[in-house]
Amino acid sequence: MNNLLVANSVSKNFGKFTALNNVSIEVPKGSIFGLLGPNGAGKTTLIRVINQITMPDSGSVMLDGQPLQSHHIRDIGYLPEERGLYKSMKVGEQALYLAQLKGLSKSEAKKRLKYWFDKLEIGDWWNKKIQELSKGMAQKIQFVVTVLHQPKLLIFDEPFSGFDPINANLIKDEILQLRDEGATVIFSTHRMESVEELCDHIALIHESNKILDGKLQDIKREFKTNTFEVGLVTNNEVDLTNLIKEKFDVSKADFKSLNDDLKLNIKLNDNDTSNDLLRFLTSKAEVNHFNELVPTASDIFIQTVKNS
Amino acid sequence: MNHLPLIIKREYLTKVRNKSFIIMTILSPIIMIALIAVVAYLSQLNNSKQRTISILDESGMVESIFKSTENTNYVILNDVSIDDAKKQVEEKEQYGLLHISKGESIDDVLDDIKFYSKDTPSITLMEGLESKLERKFTDLKLQEQGVDIDKLKSSEARISIAQESFLGEKSSKIDNVVKLIFGGFAGYMLFMFIIIYGNMIMRSVIEEKTSRIIEVIISSVKPVQLMLGKIIGTSLAGITQFIIWIILGGVLMMVVSAIFGINMTEMQAPQQELMQQTMETQGADMKIQSLISSIYNLPLTNLVIMFLLFFIGGYLLYSSLYAAIGAAVDNETDTQQFMLPILMPLILAVYVGIFTVIEDPHGTVSTVFSFIPLTSPVVMLMRIPFGVPIWQQVVSVLILIGTFMFTVWFAAKIYRVGILMYGKKPSYKELYKWLKY
Repeated sequence: MNNLLVANSVSKNFGKFTALNNVSIEVPKGSIFGLLGPNGAGKTTLIRVINQITMPDSGSVMLDGQPLQSHHIRDIGYLPEERGLYKSMKVGEQALYLAQLKGLSKSEAKKRLKYWFDKLEIGDWWNKKIQELSKGMAQKIQFVVTVLHQPKLLIFDEPFSGFDPINANLIKDEILQLRDEGATVIFSTHRMESVEELCDHIALIHESNKILDGKLQDIKREFKTNTFEVGLVTNNEVDLTNLIKEKFDVSKADFKSLNDDLKLNIKLNDNDTSNDLLRFLTSKAEVNHFNELVPTASDIFIQTVKNS
Repeated sequence: MNHLPLIIKREYLTKVRNKSFIIMTILSPIIMIALIAVVAYLSQLNNSKQRTISILDESGMVESIFKSTENTNYVILNDVSIDDAKKQVEEKEQYGLLHISKGESIDDVLDDIKFYSKDTPSITLMEGLESKLERKFTDLKLQEQGVDIDKLKSSEARISIAQESFLGEKSSKIDNVVKLIFGGFAGYMLFMFIIIYGNMIMRSVIEEKTSRIIEVIISSVKPVQLMLGKIIGTSLAGITQFIIWIILGGVLMMVVSAIFGINMTEMQAPQQELMQQTMETQGADMKIQSLISSIYNLPLTNLVIMFLLFFIGGYLLYSSLYAAIGAAVDNETDTQQFMLPILMPLILAVYVGIFTVIEDPHGTVSTVFSFIPLTSPVVMLMRIPFGVPIWQQVVSVLILIGTFMFTVWFAAKIYRVGILMYGKKPSYKELYKWLKY
């Protein structure tokens, strides 16, 4: 069994509105799975189905090979996008309460909380009320509460919103460490750079349908256009451009460089290899930049959503 | 996993530790007692001032009936003109002047009786004077017709109809009053409890929504559990508050009466004079005895058991509706449109209880309303002291429990969907749709 979580053609309607239409996903064990999609695509509904907050109209969800049951709540840690804490409750009490709701004993919860509070250097907040803390501080506590019961599956919905870059990095490292310790992570976000950094699998949901999924690397390979970014040193840009245009598809490129080069995007011809292109270019001018254009997650996202 | 105890504990502790809750708990009885003390003190102050009223009885017929009492001092004026008398009374700053003019016959005298005073005289005083005069003049007129007053008085019959049911249960008018007080008190307590603590539940659901913690909680526990935990936790906090109020109120009452020597139970002193006059007909001792016996005559065991059942059932029924409203809206101002349908049956119940149960505790209206679940807790509690057949009580409780289970199901549905809905104020139509999600 390689997949920790499998959703089989899950559908959910709210009245006439279809929130999910036969969506299936497979989340491999130990992976960080990016659940992407525009606003209102149905991501949150899918996450709520996994958390048993919402019951699907049809389809099934398996966790670790078993159909979802109420005891699985303990195996999942969920950080919702709409999150908050009881404002007038003290940090420590609140964390203990939420941990106990996840099935931890009070003493065990206390021990683990101490570990995490020390780790994140927030030990002296224990007796403060949430309303005395800043939003970022409250988010940290929320994060601790989510991971405290060491769930097999962690679901983060926009985990970095509200964090400054330093704390965002801190949380990112914690997520990676949790993954290394064996947890599986589902990660829903709009921030494509964090997808790029963290995810190894993604699924893209658009208008209630899954339109793309798989390993991020495979998807990127699928979306690559065989285009190369090149920087050429020349004193006659027009002639050189025309010369290249005779053999290749060329467009203007824009990248940062130290020199005032001629910058072009050149698409390989079908049977050529990158070496062929490089050989051709070196025979015409001095090449000081040569880089394959890899589609970013953001490109893939925009392109897929537009095309569907 | 059963998290109910954990949730109840949190709800209870949060409520009880809340600053405004603590302040309300302590301050309310203090303010109440302080108010009562002030009112009692003031009315005593008012009574201890003796009113002096001058009587100018030119007819000479009724002088004899004005005997000074603790509160009123009568001064009989003789041989002065009415104008002089008025001047005199005004100069001496007396309360007023009663003028009975001379007349050919009793009827003439009756036509011209006036009371002069600086300000409008008190109603109780005027009523007292009127009844005094009425009695005297009636006697005079009877005498004029040749009736022997003593014979008449001695032949007056006083009737108190003894009441007895076919089963041989004796009762009396005073029984009815006692029953009414018991039933009314029970019904009114429930009414107050529902309004105060139902609102508290609603607010606490709204708080969970606005602080956005709800989704975190709901990923660990079932919405029904959370809702029940909230209702039970808040109710326990409410009971705690009620008990503290009663104890603190009782203690304060004793302390205040000991210190200030104010007898709180004797507040309406001006009316007491009137009361005494009517009380004289029946021995006061007998009254107290029959009062005690009528309390003993109440079906106390039945009353206590049913009080608990209806109190808990009715309270849970309404509080689950309050919880559903809290879940359906985003903030307290939006609750108005949903509050009305809840308050209507509750207020109706109290009115039905007050107006029809007194008149006819087993009439059609009271009977019907004591079966309708939204009104039955209040109305039935008011009826029970008058003796309701056990089968009626049982059926009513069963209906109440059935409805309660239905509303919990209904409220849980609304709750489940509502707590995750933000931004828009739902209509009834939308609530109906939520039931099917």
